[in-house]
Amino acid sequence: MKVEVRDQPFDPWRELADYQAAGGPRTGSGAAAVFVGTMRDCNDGERVRAMRLEHYAGMTERHLERIAAEARARWPIDDALILHRIGDLKPGDPIVLVAAWSAHRAAAFDAARFLIEDLKSRAPFWKKEQLGDGSRWVACNTAG
Amino acid sequence: MAVKVKLLASLGERHDRREAVIDHVPGMRVADVWDLVTSGAAMAPNTLTAINFEYCRRDAAVADGDEVAFFPPVTGG
Repeated sequence: MKVEVRDQPFDPWRELADYQAAGGPRTGSGAAAVFVGTMRDCNDGERVRAMRLEHYAGMTERHLERIAAEARARWPIDDALILHRIGDLKPGDPIVLVAAWSAHRAAAFDAARFLIEDLKSRAPFWKKEQLGDGSRWVACNTAG
Repeated sequence: MAVKVKLLASLGERHDRREAVIDHVPGMRVADVWDLVTSGAAMAPNTLTAINFEYCRRDAAVADGDEVAFFPPVTGG
């Protein structure tokens, strides 16, 4: 199980490959469910040029560790991975990678869905968008 | 006797203050901390609060040495 908040760009597919190659998930895991969230270049009808992601250092990591442990307790998953960006992003940059591995697909899908939904509603991250003529904080996340 | 306070994201900008250290007072609650660091500004209904990196209620008791944080709804992911 791995949880990380990173201030540098990352390639989610390389991260997945590296994590699996390093022996994270067991070979008994027949299913992997993966979610990748990426920065969009528009929001609420406005062009977004860039974005800054802030977090509450200490609380964020603690919260992500907790939900990863909760996922393992609620579903028969073999492993989980959460990686989230902070800092300055541009459109197309990956924001978050969530993955769950299990013997069969149901637990992997359910656990991955739980992880990303809880992260988006409870983990202390905030987005500030740079527009063509100023900036604004994102007020709330979309429902799904 | 001190309490560390953080105003995160938009709250830090709005109140032009991201961190503060205030004296602890017996019986102090989270809402009291807010009043002290913002000079009594109204707290938005959707403001979230935490003590020592754990979510808490606004009427939660604050102990000497605690870190109290205030922040807007989260928007990660």
